Amino acid sequence: MTNRLVIIGAGMASGRVIEHLHETDPGGWDITLFNAEARGNYNRIMLSPVLSGEKTYDDIVTHDDAWYAERHITCRFGEHVTAIDRTRKVVTGQNGEVAYDKLLIATGSAPFIIPIEGRDLPGVITYRDLDDTNAMIAAAAKGGKAVVIGGGLLGLEAAAGLSSRGMDVTVLHLVGHLMERQLDETAGYLLKKDLERRGITVKTGASTAAILGKDRAEAVLLQDKSVLGADLVVLAVGIRPETRLATDAGLDVARGIEVSAQMVTSDPDILAVGECVELDGQLFGLVAPLYDQAKVAAATLMGQGAAFVNRETATKLKVTGCDLFSAGDFADGDDREDIVFRDPARGVYKRLVLQGDRLIGAVMYGDTADGGWFHGLIKDGADVSEMRDTLIFGPAFQGGRALDPMAAVAALPADAEICGCNGVCKGRITRAIEGGADTLDDVRAQTKASSSCGTCTGLVEQLLAVTLGDAFDMDTPKPICACTDLTHEDVRRLIKAQELKSQPAVWQELGWTTPNGCHVCRPAINFYLLADWPVEYQDDPQSRFVNERNHANIQKDGTYSVVPRMWGGLTSATELRAIADAAEKYDVPTVKVTGGQRIDLLGVRKEDLPAMWADLGKAGLVSGHAYSKGLRTVKTCVGTDHCRFGTQDSTGLGVKLEQRLWGSWTPHKVKMAVSGCPRNCAEATCKDVGIVCVDSGYEIGVGGAAGMDLRLTEPLVKVETEAEAMEYTVAFVQLYRENARYLDRPYKWIARVGLDWVRDRLADAAERRRLVAAFDLSQTIYQKDPWAERADEDAARAFAPLADLTLEAAE
Amino acid sequence: MSWIDIGALNDIPLRGARRVKTPLGCIAVFRTDEAEVFATANACPHKGGPLSEGIVHGRKVTCPLHNWVFDLETGEAQGADEGRIATYPLRVEGGRLLLDPAVLGRRAA
Ligand code: SRM
Ligand SMILES: Cc1cc2nc3c(=O)[nH]c(=O)nc-3n(C[C@H](O)[C@H](O)[C@H](O)COP(=O)(O)OP(=O)(O)OC[C@H]3O[C@@H](n4cnc5c(N)ncnc54)[C@H](O)[C@@H]3O)c2cc1C
Ligand code: SF4
Ligand code: FES
Repeated sequence: MTNRLVIIGAGMASGRVIEHLHETDPGGWDITLFNAEARGNYNRIMLSPVLSGEKTYDDIVTHDDAWYAERHITCRFGEHVTAIDRTRKVVTGQNGEVAYDKLLIATGSAPFIIPIEGRDLPGVITYRDLDDTNAMIAAAAKGGKAVVIGGGLLGLEAAAGLSSRGMDVTVLHLVGHLMERQLDETAGYLLKKDLERRGITVKTGASTAAILGKDRAEAVLLQDKSVLGADLVVLAVGIRPETRLATDAGLDVARGIEVSAQMVTSDPDILAVGECVELDGQLFGLVAPLYDQAKVAAATLMGQGAAFVNRETATKLKVTGCDLFSAGDFADGDDREDIVFRDPARGVYKRLVLQGDRLIGAVMYGDTADGGWFHGLIKDGADVSEMRDTLIFGPAFQGGRALDPMAAVAALPADAEICGCNGVCKGRITRAIEGGADTLDDVRAQTKASSSCGTCTGLVEQLLAVTLGDAFDMDTPKPICACTDLTHEDVRRLIKAQELKSQPAVWQELGWTTPNGCHVCRPAINFYLLADWPVEYQDDPQSRFVNERNHANIQKDGTYSVVPRMWGGLTSATELRAIADAAEKYDVPTVKVTGGQRIDLLGVRKEDLPAMWADLGKAGLVSGHAYSKGLRTVKTCVGTDHCRFGTQDSTGLGVKLEQRLWGSWTPHKVKMAVSGCPRNCAEATCKDVGIVCVDSGYEIGVGGAAGMDLRLTEPLVKVETEAEAMEYTVAFVQLYRENARYLDRPYKWIARVGLDWVRDRLADAAERRRLVAAFDLSQTIYQKDPWAERADEDAARAFAPLADLTLEAAE
Repeated sequence: MSWIDIGALNDIPLRGARRVKTPLGCIAVFRTDEAEVFATANACPHKGGPLSEGIVHGRKVTCPLHNWVFDLETGEAQGADEGRIATYPLRVEGGRLLLDPAVLGRRAA
């Protein structure tokens, strides 16, 4: 007697089941095959080449009509199964019932639709089957703009396909880097760069708010209120196992249909395979494990014992020119060791993750030839201790080539600017070296590079070393940290010269030896990026010290201090009352006048901060940034308003300076003061910038300090008008911000570059204007009161404990 | 006793941390990777610094007060510093963070 087998879904998994059944037991089963799609099994993963035009549908059909006919399979294609009756053992299709002895559910998964307005509009397409693919091909034929929501495997293949068909494509991705489930940040960065090179726009950290349009999709609205025009919107944000039939039939369903290792569901006569199942809490989204499942399901049906074992699967992206590979677990950790290889010149990144003597993960970009070999080592759990040193070079290479510390410089294009002071590019320097300039002094004499502030000296030396090889003896300056061979100055120059605008870009292009930096380099790189690219770069709070993340100063007992700004040291009855009220309301243990002419509320609990800020904000008080690497205070004296010796309005100038400069991030803290006469009651001569008013104008001094080092300011310039005093001060701060090392106060930076250099730069009127403009541009983004931005419910939640379990009684 | 749901994975920023109050003191909950989390005591053995406010790098955290570095898996202080913080079982399921009830002084059944 033949057994009646009904299969729901003619996809990649069930296709394999049928093949196995026929190989072992031809004619043993009377099969009815339902498929919602109006066709049989084709190679779904090859839809992307069909979309891009590299293949046609005919090329990817795996089982054609003849194939089913030969095996006497009753095909009910284009017919949805609507119900399973487990007591009567029948399946209901749109065209009637079929009885089964055994039932196989292989319904795959359905695209996840984000619950936003406009998702049902015509012109919004998901990417799952041939119909979707044909709809995209038809839409692309009309040209125009496509927005792909989702930067995972599917979204990117859709984007590449649409782009190769001539559409103007933008990919929106919610998290910070593409394909975050398969790639780390650096590989994600390289992928983004490659896609952008192909003309695809990629926006990461982009949250979609709605799809706009009257009769069809016309645009996509983002959470940040920006709007992108769109003739076609592709939703590729993820998939959900197609479990509706199983749920209705009362089978055990978690996220997927729960099956045993034999692929049997909670009903012994019903099996399930493919993306619709869940096994040991795991879902499946790639074909390799599904093929294993198919083999097991066939064996179970034939009464043979078999069990599914999940193996590591590897991912590749089928987009020509984007060569990536990922397998296993590549989260970093302490019991794990990373081996990182970066070749910025070739755009290659390889990272192996070892745990003990085993390889447990690999991410590769740009050169993935050895991917299969690494994948094998991961799957087999092979002991790699013997070849550890040369492992990263792959099976072919067992000599071991040292990582090249000069790679970043070697990779620079000829037109990259090395010396910012004199506008000298790499090409000119290498030409000079090749023409015989074989010492630093020769290069300086011939090109002027490194002859001004000297911060590019390291780079020029590296160029000498790269060009001359061993013939040049370089004295190695101190690198930032163990993650790199480059100094702070080198990195600053290279960020500008190569227009590096994200942390992963810095790590990759400058050849970092760690996957994502450490607590020493991360805050520095974060600052350099936001100083140089205030518009493009997004500040990373996780790369900041606690005080700058919480906008208050942490105390030894974990409480915080709150210091509102008092412009130029001025306050009012209203402000004082608001401060007094806040002190009472939040039980502030200590209220103190600081050395910076303002009031400190010490000992505030973290969870009280947002509410306290909201209260202070109502009285017009903003953050005093008493915690930041940025402008702290501008101390003033009473000046001409009241003092019998005052020569200029020192209080007024102090207030104006503070209002212009507050909120700016700088390499270290910046303090200023303005005194009304040389009696200097505001102690201006020991500040980073100190202005002493005299009858004939303003004497501006810079580079003072009164902390661990005691320094007198040195005269920068004397000007006649208040406007000039403002202009010079702003230009000085910007010059400091653009050039200094992270955590160097101005006096330390001036000692490195020389006061003459600073004076020369500021004496140049055009340069002064440029500096002021650059400063003002950055202020349009950063001059925002961080307290006001955090004085709401969301911040209150973020500052409160994640959970309070103190009330849960211990039983 | 079942595991305690303390919130959503996404309530913790990547390479950030949050704290959880318990009858036995505060616990720090770290997110070191997209879906990798750890729970440890919040107080630094040096002088009680709140570790949930430290910079998170790799599977380590640097104390915000005086820069001691701790391994989040073993709880051991790194380098020359000596000390250990308690670690607690924590897992992620369906985007939720589940903490071992032992933190309340009772054992998981
Ligand atoms: C509150 C205040 C002391 C006071 O009660 O008066 C203060 C408090 C702190 N200072 Fe200060 N400094 C304060 C005025 C000063 C002054 C005087 C001044 O600004 O006129 C100086 C010397 C002038 C100078 O900076 O050159 C000063 C030189 C320092 C230094 C040494 C800086 C240096 O470059 O050598 C540090 C350490 C650092 O920043 O790295 C520091 C660091 C600190 C920190 C932030 C230490 C820390 O990281 O926790 C202290 C925070 C205490 C707390 O728990 O909140 N504080 N500190 C003053 C706040 C001024 C304000 O309104 O913003
Ligand atoms: C564009 C694209 C590219 C991909 N690229 C890759 C890749 O490179 N590598 C990789 O490993 N994987 C890739 N995948 C994933 C891979 O295709 C799937 O893992 C695989 O197809 C799942 O097989 P399945 O049999 O579980 O489901 P499917 O192949 O989806 O088959 C399920 C079938 O069931 C039918 N069905 C559902 N409900 C019913 C119902 N009620 N009644 C009747 N029929 C029903 C559906 O119409 C469908 O035809 C890709 C997927 C897509 C869409
Ligand atoms: S001098 Fe400054 S850093 Fe030192 S204890 Fe006093 S406030 Fe703190
Ligand atoms: S309290 Fe943590 S290092 Fe001092």
